[in-house]
Amino acid sequence: MIWNETKECMSRDEMSALQGARLVKLVDRVYHNVEYYRKKMQAVGLEPGDIRGLEDLTKLPFTTKDDLRDTYPFGMFAVPNSQIVRIHASSGTTGKATVVGYTRRDIDMWSECVARCIAMAGLGREDIIQVAYGYGLFTGGLGGHYGAEKMGATVVPMSTGNTKKLITMMVDFGVTGILCTPSYLMHIAETIYEMGVRDKIKLKASLNGAEPWTEKMRDKLDEMLGIHAHDIYGLSEIMGPGVATDCQLHKGLHVHEDYFLPEIVDRETFQPVADGVTGELVISTLTKEGIPLIRYRTKDLTSIDHTPCECGRTTARIARFTGRSDDMLIIRGVNVFPSQIEAALLEMGGTTPHYLMIVDRVNNLDTLQVQVEVEERFFSDEIRELENLTRKIEHVIQQAIGLAVKVKLVEPKALERSMGKAVHVIDNRKLD
Amino acid sequence: MFVKQLSVFMENREGRLEQATEVLKNNDINILSLSMADTTEYGMLRMVVSNPELAKDALRESGFSAMLTDVLAVRLEDSVGQLHKLTHILCAKGFNIEYMYALASAHLRAIIVKTSNGAAAADAIRESGLELYTDEELQS
Repeated sequence: MIWNETKECMSRDEMSALQGARLVKLVDRVYHNVEYYRKKMQAVGLEPGDIRGLEDLTKLPFTTKDDLRDTYPFGMFAVPNSQIVRIHASSGTTGKATVVGYTRRDIDMWSECVARCIAMAGLGREDIIQVAYGYGLFTGGLGGHYGAEKMGATVVPMSTGNTKKLITMMVDFGVTGILCTPSYLMHIAETIYEMGVRDKIKLKASLNGAEPWTEKMRDKLDEMLGIHAHDIYGLSEIMGPGVATDCQLHKGLHVHEDYFLPEIVDRETFQPVADGVTGELVISTLTKEGIPLIRYRTKDLTSIDHTPCECGRTTARIARFTGRSDDMLIIRGVNVFPSQIEAALLEMGGTTPHYLMIVDRVNNLDTLQVQVEVEERFFSDEIRELENLTRKIEHVIQQAIGLAVKVKLVEPKALERSMGKAVHVIDNRKLD
Repeated sequence: MFVKQLSVFMENREGRLEQATEVLKNNDINILSLSMADTTEYGMLRMVVSNPELAKDALRESGFSAMLTDVLAVRLEDSVGQLHKLTHILCAKGFNIEYMYALASAHLRAIIVKTSNGAAAADAIRESGLELYTDEELQS
């Protein structure tokens, strides 16, 4: 089902006209209401009148996470606090948390976006949906919740914390949809098998986001649970989950373009690139009131396709994420994304997608150890077999990332299961 | 022909062996024989125990990677040259020995051995006049 045909199936001309008009208003709004933006524009000699439509977009300066940190906590808000009805904040693993504020209309717009995403996954008002993202400052829980409620589905606000209880309710209530991180869904799937209730679940589809994951991981989740797993993209600076999702054809993630204007730029020159070329995703929030952002650099790497989709939607689609430029590790000069390891392990079979990369520096040389959990049925009691398996995994990973790696087999369930964003990297290098 | 050996994969972590023996004790499992193979990163604990199925389930329940493996328990007399008799048969017929360890109690004397092509090796051992213990004999 298409949740909002008027908006999701617009012709390209209509969409561009709508985006252009909204961009002009956006620029005017931030110029007059956000001092930080006014100064930024003045610094490059821009006035609101210089932006007359989409064609002038590239004249505008980018916004980065540093801008949000510099103006912590409320410096980028475009409305007085009396109009802000909710605050969310990012995890802030590096440096200060970034804070975002929503007006009532922002919350409505967000709910609309998530409802569109849930419909893309083939779920509707008859469905019972568990929201198993953390509820709190993290946007996942409440964002998913409001969207599922807006749709009219029956929402079970599980949050995270008790996987067995979640599964018991999944069985007892006949839950048909779930929203959570992909790594948590993998943990839920494993626990479903442990509890021996695989034939009692009625799950049809899932929407998983908040961390990069691979096509192989999707196949594995689909196969284990008999579902269709969908990728829901978002980031708190822009809104939260629901900026884009793949429809049932899984040919890229549809961006809600009437609210979010996407661009792909070259990672070095920051010039726009053509459809199909990978670069950094940049988003302008066309209608947001609380904290509108112009040309926000997401650090997420993808490509874009503006051709209409066979599902009927005409909104532009971004490719599955190959990684965040933030997640990229440089080991001995080679760029490595954790998702490459995940893909290699799943490709090989016999291992679970649970892994931990430990990067260290010994005598000025970077070392990479990957701890891998091996499926019970692939275990042998012969050391020789285990050593062969270790070498095989090392070989497969080496092929994938082009870097020598040391694999350590660990006991099943030895690696910590995350209910939120999974930790896949420990970097012990001390850089001076 | 075969007896069930309990094999447990163990990371080299402090207290891991103690946790395993505690599970066995709490489930009233007697260990008849054991050997520990170790590498720098993990070890493989191999045991002949009084109730292998129960032991395996109990260990798995407690988060261990435990499995049952078919091995041979070859009865040997307590005299010079007995082990050589066994290795000679296996060598002459071209079987590889993956590992072996001893089992001895008041009334049992055996070598636990895992070879390549276990069923054929068992036949060869019996044809040469040596006896194989069964699970029931070990447990009695």
